[in-house]
Amino acid sequence: MDFYLGLIQIIGVHTLLGLSAYCVLLTGQVSLAQAGFFAIGAYVAGILTVLAQWPLIPALAVAAVVSGAVACAVGFPALRVKGLMLVVATVAFGEAVRLFFFNFTYQIQAGVLHLGPHGAEGFRQIRYFPQHGWSTLDVALFIWTVVALVMAGLWWLDHSRIGAVLRAVGEDELAAQSVGINITAVKVSAMTVGGFIAGIGGGIFAHYTTHIEHAQFGVVLATFAIAYPILGGLSNVFGTLLAAVFIQGFLIEGLRFMGDWRNLLFGGLIVLAMNVRPRGLLDAGTTRALRRLFAPRKERSGA
Amino acid sequence: MLELPVLELKDVSKHFGGVRAVDGVDLGVARGEILALIGPNGSGKSTIVNLICGLFPLTAGRVVLDGVDISGMPMHARVTGGVARTFQNIRLFGQLTVWQNLWVAQNSGEQRRQNFGRRWFGGSRGARGEVERTLEFFDLAHKSNELAANLAFGEQRRLEFARALSAKPALLLLDEPAAGMNAEEIDQLDNRIRKVRDDGVTVLLIEHQMELVMSIADRIAVLNFGRKIAEGTPAEVQASPLVREAYLGTPEIA
Repeated sequence: MDFYLGLIQIIGVHTLLGLSAYCVLLTGQVSLAQAGFFAIGAYVAGILTVLAQWPLIPALAVAAVVSGAVACAVGFPALRVKGLMLVVATVAFGEAVRLFFFNFTYQIQAGVLHLGPHGAEGFRQIRYFPQHGWSTLDVALFIWTVVALVMAGLWWLDHSRIGAVLRAVGEDELAAQSVGINITAVKVSAMTVGGFIAGIGGGIFAHYTTHIEHAQFGVVLATFAIAYPILGGLSNVFGTLLAAVFIQGFLIEGLRFMGDWRNLLFGGLIVLAMNVRPRGLLDAGTTRALRRLFAPRKERSGA
Repeated sequence: MLELPVLELKDVSKHFGGVRAVDGVDLGVARGEILALIGPNGSGKSTIVNLICGLFPLTAGRVVLDGVDISGMPMHARVTGGVARTFQNIRLFGQLTVWQNLWVAQNSGEQRRQNFGRRWFGGSRGARGEVERTLEFFDLAHKSNELAANLAFGEQRRLEFARALSAKPALLLLDEPAAGMNAEEIDQLDNRIRKVRDDGVTVLLIEHQMELVMSIADRIAVLNFGRKIAEGTPAEVQASPLVREAYLGTPEIA
């Protein structure tokens, strides 16, 4: 049972990571910096609960704000470049963050224990959940509550004018400028929101694994982050959720019996999906068809 | 001219390397007029539109809108300042609906406040009404929920025109709006441009379709090799020997 609860937790956190990339991808930017924001969130939240003895929720909030602020600061210079150059710039940022935590040591003595990040050895003993008597089920419920809140927020954003503006920028930057949209402001805002969400995800990740280290936040994690929204499609937030369940639940865990071969399958499947459904698993056409299926009869004839 | 022109180009030049795409052009667009900018292919018409919109920086000269020098402003600020445009090759947001295409273009200061109101989902009542009226005017209301990419060519042209009007510009730049249209569509376009002008929007029209130009332009400016070679009423321009030369070439026997 705990195995499945653990899996549900992983899927939840990865959904948050995917949603953070979703925001940025809506504006047409491929960012591999999300793992870096995730790492910042993880370390900040861990430091606050372990070393400063903060309660979890304020710690997550601060982690999210710090990640968001870093994303905003990185956004200004990074978003001046486009396409492949942006990918390179964001990979470089992600690696810089990882190497920072590789070298970052700040420990305090608590009885026999040394607490706090310790460079390459990582940050151990982030034991907020066991110390406060949270069961695995409690943690899973907490994670999914956060996921639901973030998804609700993004869903609302998607249906507001902001969502339409983000997509307009993603489709054609020149046309967007020519109707009066400040594309730098839009792209940096999307990056900031993405960093904020990645920060929450990272903060939760640090607490359920209890042990984080630099190697967890490398390019592989960044690739996962953009794989979810790309595979799931950008027509709405549920695509990202679906892709996270599919990749983490089915490909990574479900195919564990295949050993290392599943990685090959993972790559192959993404290539296949991109060819068969270039706009993602849940594309606009599918969403429309589903909506029409459930819509009342009168609307069907009206639209 | 007593009233200040809406737009003034003062000695505007744009050189691409050694190519003088636009070379020392002075041009004034008076409030409420339809000014057509014509000239042979490659004479610099589209470059002028791009310079007015701020797509690339000027090599020399100034662009003045309503008395304000906008030469250094970024594109989006010029739009909110009152210049909107259409593109020669249509550039819609294909994966947005027709409705959304107009909604995202509501970027004037007042519209922004309206849209920031309570009604996130459909925009404020005012914003919604504006979109609906514009769609009605362009005969696109029945396509409101279609994706822009799925529209027919003529409809896409109309939608782009509609989108340019959505930010409530003082000056509208139409870059070959009649390209690829049939006679009936050109007729409708003619009517719409007149109505837009009657609503107080100044129009700068770039067009090869001479029938349309001669029919609706109050004044015509003619470009050749990046220089303005003539300016005046349609009759004056038609009579100008320089213009005939630019279009038809120099007579071999003098």
